[in-house]
Amino acid sequence: MTDRALVVVRPGMLTTVQDLGRPGYAHLGVPRSGALDPPAAALVNRLAGNGPDAAVLETTLDGCALRPRSTVTVAVGGAPCPVTVGGRPAAWGAPVVVPAGELLEVGAVSAGVRGYVAVRGGIAVEPVLGSRATDLLSGLGPAPLAEGTVLPLGRPAGAPARVDTAPQPGPPAELVLRVAPGPRADWFTARGRDDLTARAYRVSPASNRIGLRTEGPALERAREGELPSEGMVLGAVQVPPDGRPVVFLADHPTTGGYPVIAVVHPPDLPAAAQAPPGTPVRFVPVGRH
Amino acid sequence: MRALPVGQEALLIEVDSAEEAGALHTALLRRRAEGTLTVREIVPAARTVLLDGLPDPARWIPELTALEGEPPAPSTCSPVELPVRYDGPDLAAVAAHWGVSEREVVRIHAGTEFTVAFCGFAPGFGYLTGLPARYDVPRRATPRTAVPPGAVALAGPYTGVYPRTSPGGWQLIGATDAVLWDHTRDPAALLSPGTRVRFVPVEGP
Repeated sequence: MTDRALVVVRPGMLTTVQDLGRPGYAHLGVPRSGALDPPAAALVNRLAGNGPDAAVLETTLDGCALRPRSTVTVAVGGAPCPVTVGGRPAAWGAPVVVPAGELLEVGAVSAGVRGYVAVRGGIAVEPVLGSRATDLLSGLGPAPLAEGTVLPLGRPAGAPARVDTAPQPGPPAELVLRVAPGPRADWFTARGRDDLTARAYRVSPASNRIGLRTEGPALERAREGELPSEGMVLGAVQVPPDGRPVVFLADHPTTGGYPVIAVVHPPDLPAAAQAPPGTPVRFVPVGRH
Repeated sequence: MRALPVGQEALLIEVDSAEEAGALHTALLRRRAEGTLTVREIVPAARTVLLDGLPDPARWIPELTALEGEPPAPSTCSPVELPVRYDGPDLAAVAAHWGVSEREVVRIHAGTEFTVAFCGFAPGFGYLTGLPARYDVPRRATPRTAVPPGAVALAGPYTGVYPRTSPGGWQLIGATDAVLWDHTRDPAALLSPGTRVRFVPVEGP
């Protein structure tokens, strides 16, 4: 068969199409979305011979299984996991050829949370506002993968990857997030602000693509109530009424009324996407001199 | 006006009113169009404008806080007209809050020219201002789990139209068949910040 498409045999608990997202539309209420671990998505694209803007699959904890209708080159990266092709072990973090009709099985992660699967040519679902990303907050982009979903593939462009394997950072045993003071830090008492960086937090199982939720001591507020809605950024540490900080990830709402006590240094956010529930979280202050 | 750094790539400029936020938004858009301000997102809100994707935000504070707000460019195009059936389940409650008859609520609402102050909550959901402050209404004590698309609703100083089915706590006064959001259309959003809007009563359904 010459049909360039993948058939989803096992979708996993949550597998979505992701790319660089759709920045530039926040003023219309459109979240940026896109891969939660952009360096991992970029790496699998490079390994598969794609440009950085090709759409990939983002898996959650238990991988997925796919059957290509034509022979394709794929690369699996992000959270480490076993990879098999037609039942035989295949490489993780390297280009792999999957013959037409064979089953690519991306297994459960041994560490981390999100795996990335790039296919040469990219996932070619119809873009929405310039992006193929699934946005779970607003429902833009393709629905999460389901059994039987057929994903069209794009035409391969550019030269195939020169690297055979590439090093990828291991998921962190402790999530260290450097934070700058947020625009509403003054809505918290000195004790509340100190608690954020001095006390122990853990990743909550309620975390998702919208935000990394935490469990730990409630941060003490200096004033009650909500703000008039204001614009929110990626990495904002928003504190809802329960007092536990939430770190905004790619599908975060564009505006919100809960105070932002701090903002995470953007290079630290990919690690947040790979921290499973229970991981200790430490917020480390920077830029407060 | 004051500017609050938001991490290393964003600045939140705070003003005293929705009108000032709108005027500042207009001025910032003009700066961006002229090429004297490079920023990924300019997000107006109730009393703020967020500049996101702004390298070295602290450097911009003196210049941007000195910026004169501008009224929106005089537009030759007429307001967007949204046909509305004023038959929402909270029409009576709103009439009670306003201390007028339901018929009078319709007359006042449909007689007002609104402006989209900002968007948020969902793609294409605009927060429309225009009603005098005495017509502010509270949110419902218990939000609805599903508000249908096209529902015309009030909360606080705002009027909004739900682009798609979603949970919501606003007071529903009517419904429109206008499509607020269609990503296959250009522009996808019928309403964007600065758009003027009029609601036109129609008999339903």
